[in-house]
Amino acid sequence: MVTPSQELGYNSKVEGGVIVSRADAAINWIRTNSMWPMPMGLACCAIELMAVGGARFDIARFGAEVMRFSPRQSDCMIVAGTVTYKMAPQVRRIYDQMAAPKWVIAMGACASSGGMYRSYATLQGVDRIVPVDVYVSGCPPRPEALLDALMKLQAKVRREPATSRLLSA
Amino acid sequence: MSADVTTALKEKFPQVTDRPSADHPAVNVPLDDVVAVLRYLRDEQAFDLLMDLTAVDWSEGATPRFTVVYHLLSTTRPGTYVRVAANCAGTEAEPVAPSVVSVWPAADWHERECFDMFGIKFQGHPDLRRILMWDGYPYHPLRKEFPLAGIETDLPVADIAEETGTRVIAAPMAGGPFVASPGEMNLTDAEPRAKDESWSDRGARPDQTALRQVKD
Repeated sequence: MVTPSQELGYNSKVEGGVIVSRADAAINWIRTNSMWPMPMGLACCAIELMAVGGARFDIARFGAEVMRFSPRQSDCMIVAGTVTYKMAPQVRRIYDQMAAPKWVIAMGACASSGGMYRSYATLQGVDRIVPVDVYVSGCPPRPEALLDALMKLQAKVRREPATSRLLSA
Repeated sequence: MSADVTTALKEKFPQVTDRPSADHPAVNVPLDDVVAVLRYLRDEQAFDLLMDLTAVDWSEGATPRFTVVYHLLSTTRPGTYVRVAANCAGTEAEPVAPSVVSVWPAADWHERECFDMFGIKFQGHPDLRRILMWDGYPYHPLRKEFPLAGIETDLPVADIAEETGTRVIAAPMAGGPFVASPGEMNLTDAEPRAKDESWSDRGARPDQTALRQVKD
């Protein structure tokens, strides 16, 4: 005689304790609210980045306060500052070492376009070596601008299929 | 007091000559004597601090092409500051000067920077490598023949360069940084980099007249 399993079937006792959703929505919800930054602080923008981490602006409100200095544990590289050609390969190497899915915020004029450094020594925008998701204007940007960039990035992550980034380089 | 330094120096080293200077005393010294002169200034005249060590490029084809300049300060005689200049020996491609790391350890990184920017070989330096640009960079950027915008070359690391397809590019400044065109209402068109981005990037260079000039 076969006894139907009470555990696997519908059980009225757990009704109200279960939420049904799409996997994408659940996974992206987790990703957006624990986006650990890799603080690529290369110049004065890093000072504003530190201010964002402080109590007044408090990036912890968005779940991104855990600055990970190991690329293996970070999700979002915040390139804060002037990237020289000498530093560019190291930035790319650290980006390569980050586990997918991963995102990049180019913080400030220098990281976005080379800024005022039109010179033999400065990479003219970090998007030449890594794919950038959000650009932040400013020299340096206000902390609110970086928070806005993080919120924009979260909105972008919410829109994309959860599996789309797993194989990205 | 400042005059005393040059007077005493010229008594001790007759080959030392005065050098025109707007503020602090300055002297010209033959390259062979520069280490002895600097050692004398440190030990006998109490110039215990090497403030700066730099070089002058007198332009292509000039003789001498390069002059090394030492800025000395005495911390025990406040306000006493002297500059010592010496013309480099060697060729235009490889000028040479003696290292003064043995006199002031502070000269170490200054000489590395000077080598990096001008290509001056400091003989006797314990570790004469580039300090700002990467090892293997083919140029010396502060030389007069080096264009302000830079010269296209490869990224320092070959596999990164191959993967990203990025090169070190020339980045012309279109009249210099922070020189925007007055009267332009659209800030994107007004800022200097908007004028020449098309050819500093991967695209071909357009006709020169097509570039927007800074208005008077």
